[in-house]
Amino acid sequence: MTTATVPAAFPAPARRLGPVAALRNACTLGWRSVLKIRTNPEDLFGLWLQPIMYLLLFTYVFGGSLAGSTHRYLQFELPGILVLSVVFATLGTGMMLSQDVATGVFDRFRALPIARWAPLAGAILGDMVRYVITVAVTLGFGMVLGFRIETSPLAATMGCLLVLVFALAMCWFSAMIGMLVRSATGVQLWGFLLMFPLVFGSPILTETARMPGWLQAFVKVNPVTYLTEAERALLLGGPAATSVIRSLLWALGIFVVFAPLAVAAYRRKA
Amino acid sequence: MDGMEEATNAIEARGLVKRFGKTTALAGVDLTARTGTVLGLLGPNGAGKTTAVRILATLLRPDAGDALVCGYHTEREAHQVRQLIGLTGQYASVDEGLSGTNNLIMIGRLLGMPRAPARVRAAELLARFELSDAAGRPAKTYSGGMRRRLDLAASLVGKPRILYLDEPTTGLDPQSRNEVWTMIRELVADGTTVLLTTQYLEEADQLAHDIAVIDRGAVIATGTPEQLKAGAGRQVLEVTPASRSDVPAVAELLAARTGGEPAVSAESGQVTVQVDDGRLLPQIVRALDDRSIELAEFALRKASLDEVFLALTGHRAEETMPSADAGHSDHAAPAAELNRSSQ
Repeated sequence: MTTATVPAAFPAPARRLGPVAALRNACTLGWRSVLKIRTNPEDLFGLWLQPIMYLLLFTYVFGGSLAGSTHRYLQFELPGILVLSVVFATLGTGMMLSQDVATGVFDRFRALPIARWAPLAGAILGDMVRYVITVAVTLGFGMVLGFRIETSPLAATMGCLLVLVFALAMCWFSAMIGMLVRSATGVQLWGFLLMFPLVFGSPILTETARMPGWLQAFVKVNPVTYLTEAERALLLGGPAATSVIRSLLWALGIFVVFAPLAVAAYRRKA
Repeated sequence: MDGMEEATNAIEARGLVKRFGKTTALAGVDLTARTGTVLGLLGPNGAGKTTAVRILATLLRPDAGDALVCGYHTEREAHQVRQLIGLTGQYASVDEGLSGTNNLIMIGRLLGMPRAPARVRAAELLARFELSDAAGRPAKTYSGGMRRRLDLAASLVGKPRILYLDEPTTGLDPQSRNEVWTMIRELVADGTTVLLTTQYLEEADQLAHDIAVIDRGAVIATGTPEQLKAGAGRQVLEVTPASRSDVPAVAELLAARTGGEPAVSAESGQVTVQVDDGRLLPQIVRALDDRSIELAEFALRKASLDEVFLALTGHRAEETMPSADAGHSDHAAPAAELNRSSQ
């Protein structure tokens, strides 16, 4: 065997990793996550199909009875469906991470001379692509069904960016669950249990005024409520400043709490 | 540092202790791997082999003790250690969702290789491990043997000086296992140091220059395979009576004369027992003759590693190897001291 002979003299190994190399590690692992979306047909399918399914179901099941017309309801719900699709999509981050731990891919990474945080950052970097696809499909298919942006392209772009920023924070929560729960199905179960009240205890599908008082109290403090209101304002018009700032503060808060927890859980495995 | 490395052993571990809750996985383990050789870490499931490898691969911190890899400390200089090692085990795995090629390119890129050289290296390794035809397929479609070869290829992308192979052939069919063995021999011929863990005595016998027998978290013996087999006069007497009805009598007689516990094969009626003193043999022959037991076989041979293991640990290795191709030569080795560790 002559192809891969070991060179006679070895350079001394480097003491530490430079910041550029560390960033390159994260990008390589981000590339890996994106590649997995492309090569895994189910993943790709689900990524496209889920927002389409949400839109079709909610629009045509609830539209008539809740708003009198499906078109009126579509205008009402789409900004919220954007939030719902992206929040549920963040579960993928935790599922992939827990799968990496379970299959031993993480151990392979950890035995390599790469930045310690690169596998986490890489996973999240790659998942941003998933969230962008989710937003694009939701908005694009919504417009096929008849949704019209009533503000400006700039405001709509801001709306898309805002929901992506929120996803970037939520995915740390998901990453933490991924590090704590042993299997991908476990992540899905816990994720849905914790995210369902957040997503549906909000004005995404109906108006808060018709809910019982105790639920209204929850809805009023739910970050998803602020985000939904911000998205409505940015896509349909109305005062946006307060809800946008509150959403950003919530995103920051979620990030500040759960990113360190996720990293701590990750280091505990390390 | 570079000049020193020549003189250093590739792996030096002293007094490694690791506890998981109340379980003590390692209870003070010393290991030495000479540069350019294969150190076989031999022991049953749960003996602590994998824990030792994980510590040496910087994946676990020991509760006590120190480990040096090429002179670098696994905890304080983990980054340097990671540049020197390659790891293949059931836990350090390839990404099943990626193709063989992309798995290897990813590792090359993570090791700092530019895109084009990473691609070349991937193709080179896939060809070497006869995976070129499957290069574009996701790893989850690979057979067990192909998976293991891809694992091995992944650990070689960075041309490691030290390769950790944690049970590289467990679960493989004999043909795939022989392929892995051939690859390990080639790597060692190229100058790589290998730490091989195995529960197969034959595998350690075939591949390792030195063996450390590990059981319940402690190294209970070290030496070359020949030393372990020949050590302390461990020979095995095999007696098969002509008549099955004499088997209990033979077993009883051998137990009385040698003080050992004879093993009886239900299939062949063969009784085997360890003998430490060759002078016992004439006495045993006479005693058998006195009782008029007719013999089909009476033979003295050197203990197999299997029996050495049994003698050292008091229990058999959990699994037995699927039968191998060629029986290795079992010629008499120079008697050597069995280097029993003091612990």
